[in-house]
Amino acid sequence: MIRTEAVTKRYGRVLAVDSVDLDVREGDRYGLLGPNGSGKTTLVRMLLGLVYATSGRIEVMGQPVPRRAARVLPAIGALVEGPAAYPHLSGRTNLRLVDAAGPGGGRRSRRRRVDEALERVGLAGIDRRPLKAYSLGMRQRLGLAAALLRAPRLLILDEPTNGLDPRGIREIRDLLAELNAAGTTVFLSSHLLPEVEQLCTRIGVMDRGRLVLQEDLATLTAPTGRVVVDSPDAARAVALLDGRVEARTGDRLVVRHADAAQLNATLVEQGIRVAEMAPQRPSLEEIVLSVTTSSSDRVDAPVPA
Amino acid sequence: MIRVELVKLLCRPRTWVTLALLCALPIVVAAFIATTHLAPPPGQGSAFLSAVLRNGSLYPAAAMAMVVPIFLPVAVAVLAGDSVAGEATGGTLRYLLVRPVGRTRLLVAKLVSLTAFVLLAIAALVVTSYLTGRLLFGSAPPAAVGQPGGVTSLSGAPLTPAQLLLRLLGAVGFITVSMLAVAAIALFLSTLTDSALGAALGALAVLVASEILVTLDAAAAIKPYLPTRYWLAWVDFFRQPIFWRDIERGLAVPAIYIGLLLAASWANFMTRDITS
Repeated sequence: MIRTEAVTKRYGRVLAVDSVDLDVREGDRYGLLGPNGSGKTTLVRMLLGLVYATSGRIEVMGQPVPRRAARVLPAIGALVEGPAAYPHLSGRTNLRLVDAAGPGGGRRSRRRRVDEALERVGLAGIDRRPLKAYSLGMRQRLGLAAALLRAPRLLILDEPTNGLDPRGIREIRDLLAELNAAGTTVFLSSHLLPEVEQLCTRIGVMDRGRLVLQEDLATLTAPTGRVVVDSPDAARAVALLDGRVEARTGDRLVVRHADAAQLNATLVEQGIRVAEMAPQRPSLEEIVLSVTTSSSDRVDAPVPA
Repeated sequence: MIRVELVKLLCRPRTWVTLALLCALPIVVAAFIATTHLAPPPGQGSAFLSAVLRNGSLYPAAAMAMVVPIFLPVAVAVLAGDSVAGEATGGTLRYLLVRPVGRTRLLVAKLVSLTAFVLLAIAALVVTSYLTGRLLFGSAPPAAVGQPGGVTSLSGAPLTPAQLLLRLLGAVGFITVSMLAVAAIALFLSTLTDSALGAALGALAVLVASEILVTLDAAAAIKPYLPTRYWLAWVDFFRQPIFWRDIERGLAVPAIYIGLLLAASWANFMTRDITS
């Protein structure tokens, strides 16, 4: 769906995106993670033909971008760095203008498309108030509606749940999952780990312009072969499991063991009480922090020599 | 896309406020002149004003002479400066481009919308000032010589209503071309910067500089090429016979500016990274 080869973008002396090989497959729910300033937005803009790459190749839906961008863009719905619309017009008028500005679709079916898109994002009942009276969350929903207007095959969304409350975030996540189930590929960039963890099946992590990790989420968070046990009888458990306990903090033990159910049976047989028990999985946060360096919005004083 | 731009132009309160202000100035001036009967003597002050006391039909020309040197170019520069930079600041530029609207198409639509604004402004001005003139000054000179209701040209010879209409249209066309040159300067700057204000001010700075250089004898060498050099040449449409020399140059110089600046805007916009 999206494939880039050694894409690089240089702004003067700053290397914003450095030799990125992105690979998003059809039907993926791809989450692009990374600290602020790691080049996510620049990469997204290059995929959409807004920013021209200094070198490298970009292919979206089999067409080279930006050369053939006009061919693929009609099948892409995008939200780039927050929604934007004309503040003195109503949400509906804004959507109508967006719809009328580009190719495809007749004037007669415009009202239907606009109504459907508004319905999808939960704005079916908006009145004629101008956009400047909208809350941040409403604007975000309207931006999503604009992206969904043309029933896109690919959604490229930059921070899609920005400004939404927890319920709104949940609604949008469900909406994206539903669209994905119907065949839409979702490419999402975010610095919110929970958002990506709960929606995406595949992730990429950017750090200082480089794509440092690209993998299926299931592979990354596969069990580590250890089991975390929480037991009031921790001392006895250590004695019993002799040598297989890798770490202990208070009542919590990390045990090298392939099968949690089997381990549980062994402990209980010996009369050791188990309060909590689960196979250990690396969290997305641990994974991301292990491959990224400090945020670029943090500015430390130089170390005195 | 052109239709979308026109809708945006017409749905914007700013457009109508600008037009209202533009039309209000001649009405205010007319009200003062009609109550005091103190028109500037011939040869002084705004062109035509001395003539309108005798016949209100010439008032549209007087109104254009009031608005063309400053008011209209400021309005055009603000609008044209906002055209691309305003979309960039508001963030709507990126959404238009990924919709997708081709960059060339976007520029053309902006230009058409600017032309529409200029024509709309002048049309509104002509209509309101014609009505004002007829209402406040009447249509027939008190001591009509020659045909009744005749209008006198600046050269003193009478004009028939048909001639007057044609010459008025000629003047409107001429002013439109001059204003498009202003629009082209502002549009070019608008593709360079994301600040609408900066683009508008830049265009105005060019105009002011040009106005100053026009009056400077030491700058005589470049005078014929300054954008504002022939701005008031449309007055020649109201001479008998029409004085074509300045009108021709006054059309050629802006045409060159428009051509060059639009090409530059296009080249710049096509190759630019949209980071707003």
